Amino acid sequence: MSAHSVTAASRKAKWVAGILVVLYAVLTLLPLLWIISTSFKSGPDSISYPPKVFFQPTLEGYVNLFTTQARASAEDLATLTPPEAWYDEIAWADGMIIVGPSRFGQRFLNSVIIGFGSTFLSIVLGTLSAYAFSRFRVPLRDDLLFFILSTRMMPPIVVAIPIFLMFRSLGLSDTHAGMILLYTAVNLSLAVWLLKGFIDEIPRDYEEAALIDGYTRFQAFVKVVLPQAATGIASTAIFCLIFAWNEYAFAVLLTSGNAQTAPPFIPTILSVGGGIDWPAVAAAATLFLLPVVVFTILLRKHLLRGITFGAVRR
Amino acid sequence: MAEIVIRNLRKEFGSFTAVKGSTFTVGDGEFFMLLGPSGCGKTTTLRMIAGLELPTSGEILIGGEDVSQRPASKRDIAMVFQMFALYPHMNVRKNISYPLVSQGMPRDRVATKVTEVARTLDIAHLLDKGVGGLSGGDRQRVALARAIVREPKAFMLDEPLGALDAEFREHMAEELRSLHNRMGATTVYVTHDQLEAMQMGDKIVIMNHGVVEQFGVPQDLYDWPATMFVAEFLGSPPMNFLRFDGIVGRGMAAVTLGEAVIDVPQQREDAHGALALGVRPEHVHLDDAAPTRGRVIAAEYLGTSQIVTLATPHGEVKARIPSARAVRSGDTTGLSFDARTLSLFDVATGRALSSAANQTVLAHG
Repeated sequence: MSAHSVTAASRKAKWVAGILVVLYAVLTLLPLLWIISTSFKSGPDSISYPPKVFFQPTLEGYVNLFTTQARASAEDLATLTPPEAWYDEIAWADGMIIVGPSRFGQRFLNSVIIGFGSTFLSIVLGTLSAYAFSRFRVPLRDDLLFFILSTRMMPPIVVAIPIFLMFRSLGLSDTHAGMILLYTAVNLSLAVWLLKGFIDEIPRDYEEAALIDGYTRFQAFVKVVLPQAATGIASTAIFCLIFAWNEYAFAVLLTSGNAQTAPPFIPTILSVGGGIDWPAVAAAATLFLLPVVVFTILLRKHLLRGITFGAVRR
Repeated sequence: MAEIVIRNLRKEFGSFTAVKGSTFTVGDGEFFMLLGPSGCGKTTTLRMIAGLELPTSGEILIGGEDVSQRPASKRDIAMVFQMFALYPHMNVRKNISYPLVSQGMPRDRVATKVTEVARTLDIAHLLDKGVGGLSGGDRQRVALARAIVREPKAFMLDEPLGALDAEFREHMAEELRSLHNRMGATTVYVTHDQLEAMQMGDKIVIMNHGVVEQFGVPQDLYDWPATMFVAEFLGSPPMNFLRFDGIVGRGMAAVTLGEAVIDVPQQREDAHGALALGVRPEHVHLDDAAPTRGRVIAAEYLGTSQIVTLATPHGEVKARIPSARAVRSGDTTGLSFDARTLSLFDVATGRALSSAANQTVLAHG
């Protein structure tokens, strides 16, 4: 067999691979595309049959999502001064008056605070303990690592009732701190395991060189190990964020107002008033997707390096 | 610059003892080689001097100060790692300035010093490059620059040539040695390559299984090995051992191997039982009249000389003789030895027996 046939894929294989990738992308992206397009449809367009692929885009869904509105009769509207802001105009056209902001903005902000807060905490604690497990002679190290992993062996929701009771007596129910703590506790085991793998890959020589160069162990960790572990930290952060961001069951159980996140809030839009406002639901889903997408795009450079990490660097 | 004194240094990892009570002194400005096979404890010893491992017991004095339990950052030592350990996320300039930055040196002084050192090592044109794309030799120079720039009390080099291509190694060895001659810095160099050690070292300590076998200048170690391990580890081919049972007494100046009486340096020690006569290949001569007989089994041509392997009743002997002399496999010939160069070993302990020739060396190492 020639070396060529081993290393370089044949043209045909490349074509097949390309087609498969495109098919897979269509399969996964089509529903997303549908959600995004629905978010820009008007109410009637969103439920028309056959479904409309081409339509007049409108921000109606987004306006409805972010505002609380009241129906007004044509006579009432005639007595009011015509709207000035663009969002007022959109509501006006449907015979509605905006009476104030909806709770979506605040719920979304809760998601951001709790999601990113718990991700940050998981990464800080995870990196420190992964480093300790990787570099120091921790007594009972293997048992501790197994114990940490074992917390993921059952679905977290199994302990929902004990956690509910604990949170109630500790005053953590429906608080940001409580949710951050909970999501960090769930994510930490994953973070420690993933990061330990990445830190194990970093040769100790680098830190030792820094120790010799006059830095303390902690300085060496911050200035030499952390930049080397950036890839692992980035991918672990994405996993942690996706979990905390999408978590529904605990959020339903433990939050109701103050600290309620977007996932339990979005379904409540479905049951507002008479008909279901699909554009508003789609707008909520679209906005909800954005932070994770943006975060992943920001870290993609590190992610791509992460994939080739083991293969190229050694 | 400073003298390094090692006293009864011991390191245990759990139940494994890596270093079993080493004692030696690295003189101020010496190029000092820690030599031994892999797993002999030489790297552990170096790491203890550098402060990357703390000794289980024993003392390390650098410039008269006991630093044994001090962390690496407080010892003022520089180190070059086998794989160089250049910080991959920094360019060459940052790598070299890193040890100065840790001391809080003002920025303009750091810049001047880095440029100065880069010029010394001929890497000034690389300062703004990343370290990823550098060749092995340039990485080596950057690692050296990072070590030199701080003007530390001593340098630790852990097999610095091990990661280089064979052809480049020779060149880098010369460069290292000339750099040392210019700077006169105390240097501890770990290697498993005996040739490298003899070529470059002012002094050598040979370790095996965590024990210091011998310590001294290369020629003393080569000529008068204290143990059979040293005799075999140094030299290529190594020292020959002619094994025999016999008695050696104080004052004797000859031993009897079979029928042959061989002159040796006057002995200062009594011994009996299994003994070995050690002779370097270059001190074996083919002499038809000599009573020790050997049959030629192989001859390796090496240009100016050749290595002839002979089977004798006392074991195989290799002789380094001029290549002009014609030798054929199967020939039987006599072997004579330079009496002044011979060592006797007690096979049971592996130790060299003291004689008039080697007693000063043995007393020292």
